[in-house]
Amino acid sequence: MARYRVVHYVNQFFAQIGGEEEVNIPPLIKEGAVGPGRALQQALGEEWEIVATVVCGDSYFAENIETASETVVAIVSSYQPNVFVAGPAFNAGRYGVACGASCSAVGEKLGIPAVTAMYEENPGLELYRKGICIIPTADSALRMKDAIPRMASLVRKLGLGQEIGPPQEEGYFPRGLRVNRFVDRTGAERAVDMLLLKLKGEPFQTEYPMPTFERIPPSLPIGDLSSATIALVTTGGIVPRGNPDRIESASASRFAEYDIAGLDALTPAAYETVHGGYDPVYANEDPDRVLPLDAMRALEKDGTIGKLYDRYYVTVGNATSVANSERFGKAIAAELKSAGVDGVILTST
Amino acid sequence: MKEIDRAGLPVAHLAAIVPISLTVGANRIVPAVAIPHPLGNPALPKDEERQLRLNLAKKALAALQMEVKEQTVF
Repeated sequence: MARYRVVHYVNQFFAQIGGEEEVNIPPLIKEGAVGPGRALQQALGEEWEIVATVVCGDSYFAENIETASETVVAIVSSYQPNVFVAGPAFNAGRYGVACGASCSAVGEKLGIPAVTAMYEENPGLELYRKGICIIPTADSALRMKDAIPRMASLVRKLGLGQEIGPPQEEGYFPRGLRVNRFVDRTGAERAVDMLLLKLKGEPFQTEYPMPTFERIPPSLPIGDLSSATIALVTTGGIVPRGNPDRIESASASRFAEYDIAGLDALTPAAYETVHGGYDPVYANEDPDRVLPLDAMRALEKDGTIGKLYDRYYVTVGNATSVANSERFGKAIAAELKSAGVDGVILTST
Repeated sequence: MKEIDRAGLPVAHLAAIVPISLTVGANRIVPAVAIPHPLGNPALPKDEERQLRLNLAKKALAALQMEVKEQTVF
């Protein structure tokens, strides 16, 4: 008989309910362990039992964060577990947001310790790292077996009410918490030690890392819209049918630009999406739903804007690395600048 | 998007998931409809859907004309 109870959260995909066609399902309950929960159950051992699994579609959660979190809290509350676990989400953005949001809601509302795991570039990390323990994983589910034991070990500690050590010892992402403790040397002495190490070019560890999330000061607004040239850019993967530049449907390594001069709208016969991270049905029925060429052309014709730039830029924002995105952005910005574009509308799915 | 902003071009981010847009650091954010159809709603009749898209495009253009000092959701 298990002594400790765990409730696990997974998305529709890992619950083996379905892929993109099932992303809109609201939270539902499955008794016992499901999908990656089975491996987690094994890693936790006999004293622990995953009593229930909450399953929710990724888009449903991401588009209804508050409602979905409340539902998850209500379900978890009805099982009274010792620990709540979500994921691992790897580099799946919507799933990462769902894992982070449900863990922080369960922690805040129910006071039940919560653990999740994801890749360092998952947007769920920056959103929710402050309140919860998030364990680093690789960017793909191929490394599931590395993630599970580390999750299990933190679940056990939290469930037993043991003290959790600092992030570098326990192996979770820093939460930005400062903990008071007594040390032998004063701050001045430690700072001088650090400075000396730095001057000698030796490694040292700061006690207060600066946040690295860079902010860009907003550009100046457009003065006269009626004489401005506006360009369209999208991460939604809208390309001419057949994807001539072979942009990848996930982890894109390239962007492309296509001529839209003289076109009034994007027809499904000529354009499609190659984005692999959302249900393509609506974008393929009418690509203007992702790249609003028809609206922009109308606004050009009625004189609201001076001109719609003759080309649009596209990539796929689906687990695409920050480094690649920065590279695309720099190249696109340089081209738009030299073409005399005054402002940009960028659409993201 | 940040690189475009850095280059000095104002950029309006029509984003399906606003918290993600805030996290990555967009400065001018316009909430869109939904992930698979940020600028559309297949449940609406065609002409209403076109109007919806036109309104969102206008909102994005208004964001481009607005001076902002920090991240702003329009």
